Amino acid sequence: MRISDRLKRWSLSACLAGSAALWGAGAWAQVPARVVSMNLCTDQLAMLLADAGQLVSVSRIASDPRSSAMVEQAALYPANNGLAEEVFLMQPDLVLAGSFTARASVDMLERLGIKVIRFDPAYGLDEVRARIVQMGAALGQTERAETMVKDFDAQLAGYLREVAVRPRAALYYANGYTSGDKSLAGQILATAGFDNVAAEVGFDGGGIIPLEVLAMAQPDTVITSRPYPAASRSEEIMDHPVIEALRGARPEAALTDSDWVCGTPFVLRAIADMTALRQEVARP
Amino acid sequence: MTRLFVILAAVVAVLFVASLVVGPAQIGVGQSLRALVAGGDGPVTLVMREIRLPRAVLALLIGGSLGLAGAAMQGYLRNPLADPGLIGVSGSAAFGAVLAIQTGLAAAFAFGLPLAALAGALVGVLLVLLLAGPGGSSLTLILAGIAISALAGALTSLVLNLSPNPFAANEIVFWMMGSLADRSMVHVWIALPLIVLGALMLATLSRGLDALTLGEDAAEAMGVGLRRMRLTLIFGTAAVVGASTAVAGAIGFVGLVVPHLLRPFVGARPGRLLWASALGGAAMLLAADIAVRMILPERDLKLGVVTALIGAPLFLHLIYRTRRDGL
Repeated sequence: MRISDRLKRWSLSACLAGSAALWGAGAWAQVPARVVSMNLCTDQLAMLLADAGQLVSVSRIASDPRSSAMVEQAALYPANNGLAEEVFLMQPDLVLAGSFTARASVDMLERLGIKVIRFDPAYGLDEVRARIVQMGAALGQTERAETMVKDFDAQLAGYLREVAVRPRAALYYANGYTSGDKSLAGQILATAGFDNVAAEVGFDGGGIIPLEVLAMAQPDTVITSRPYPAASRSEEIMDHPVIEALRGARPEAALTDSDWVCGTPFVLRAIADMTALRQEVARP
Repeated sequence: MTRLFVILAAVVAVLFVASLVVGPAQIGVGQSLRALVAGGDGPVTLVMREIRLPRAVLALLIGGSLGLAGAAMQGYLRNPLADPGLIGVSGSAAFGAVLAIQTGLAAAFAFGLPLAALAGALVGVLLVLLLAGPGGSSLTLILAGIAISALAGALTSLVLNLSPNPFAANEIVFWMMGSLADRSMVHVWIALPLIVLGALMLATLSRGLDALTLGEDAAEAMGVGLRRMRLTLIFGTAAVVGASTAVAGAIGFVGLVVPHLLRPFVGARPGRLLWASALGGAAMLLAADIAVRMILPERDLKLGVVTALIGAPLFLHLIYRTRRDGL
């Protein structure tokens, strides 16, 4: 597949560029030499953009295939649990964290004199671009980041064509949570050519949509998330007979996965999946 | 007597219909009931038959179960404080249900969930009866209940916290407080057989409970088999409470409040109190479930919160009276 090839090439080029960066690091002071990432999304951006050896550790969740789109790459790095103590002992000169990452740990690291850069979650496709640029700047890899943004834009443009028939879809997660147009998932859906039912019933960002309201809105398809191991009552709702009825005969395709979680170029894969689903739904 | 039955049945019927027409989707009363009965392809039928009907049916069944179980336990223990929620039976059932869900037993076969909850409830009832059987004081009963509730609650929390599922830990509230939100007909079908079985068992206690008011010796002299009665009570209570808790979580105080309110109307005869409490419990839970949808329609307000707000003051009053009477 085109997109995953691209992504592989990025990771590969990151490795190859390593030797060049080793001597370059000393000459150019603002390029951090030991970077530790404590957040799933910064993990992935850093793995895509860092030089070999520059990234010292990624968070443990980056190795969880349910959340992370880069499990194989993450296996090459020692994992951290986001605890201040263990991160400090890795002696990083830069820590990458999410703005909601374990605040106490991040604050502690800052008090200990370690430079921390916080990344906001991406709430839309524009912000994916912004996060890539921010990560490039943080790692001193601005050129690589620019290339990635250009590539991202070029591929995204391929999906932005006008769609004749826009089926109505709803995102429906555990506990009845839905995402509207002002969310990354909502924009993935919109870019793939779906109209979001959540917006029709008044959800911009996200919120809990009552099952009754969803049923009355009659979406053409319902996209749920992949359930975690061991059952939970919260996720049971995604198997409710009403959802099964709304989802029709397409239960397999209509699942969100690790590509949806973070503002990385992997959202392009999610858009590709949803575009395929849209074409299937729109087929008479 | 029949008047009480007619009144209670009428209240239950009205509340059942009210429960069917209350919900976040704004559907007219006539339209919704028509869709429920006549069917059709539209979304209204889907909402009525797959969302609201199971909810109302479960409120009816579970409220009835809890009222019945409360009346039976109170009659047998001759103690007005016995409520399946308060004495830890619901909590133990919840622990059984959580174990079944987390180990995959619930997914493995249809009745795994209610049967595991029944097993949990059984352990709870047995422990309570062992610690505070007939003749035990109110104090012993409540203390035993507190201990069993606390242990069952702690174990439930532990299992949910250890679950690999990130949502499980957030469900501690559901198992402790109970809710009927977003249940389906599947839940009705897995709970119904055990509830019917348990209710039939408890109904046979009617005569024995009346006789027991005269004391155990007198009851035995009247030909009431106490051993058999005890077994019926244990299994009947565990079946109705277990099946109820498996699908709706632990809902407290229904079995306390309802028998207390209805006792004066049945001439203090615990046998008659059984069916009256079943109807009363159904009415109370239907009303509570309507209330949670009216008060905070956007949030999943837990049923146990509403029943506790009604029940806890009464519970305190009963404790106060028990102390005053020097029991």
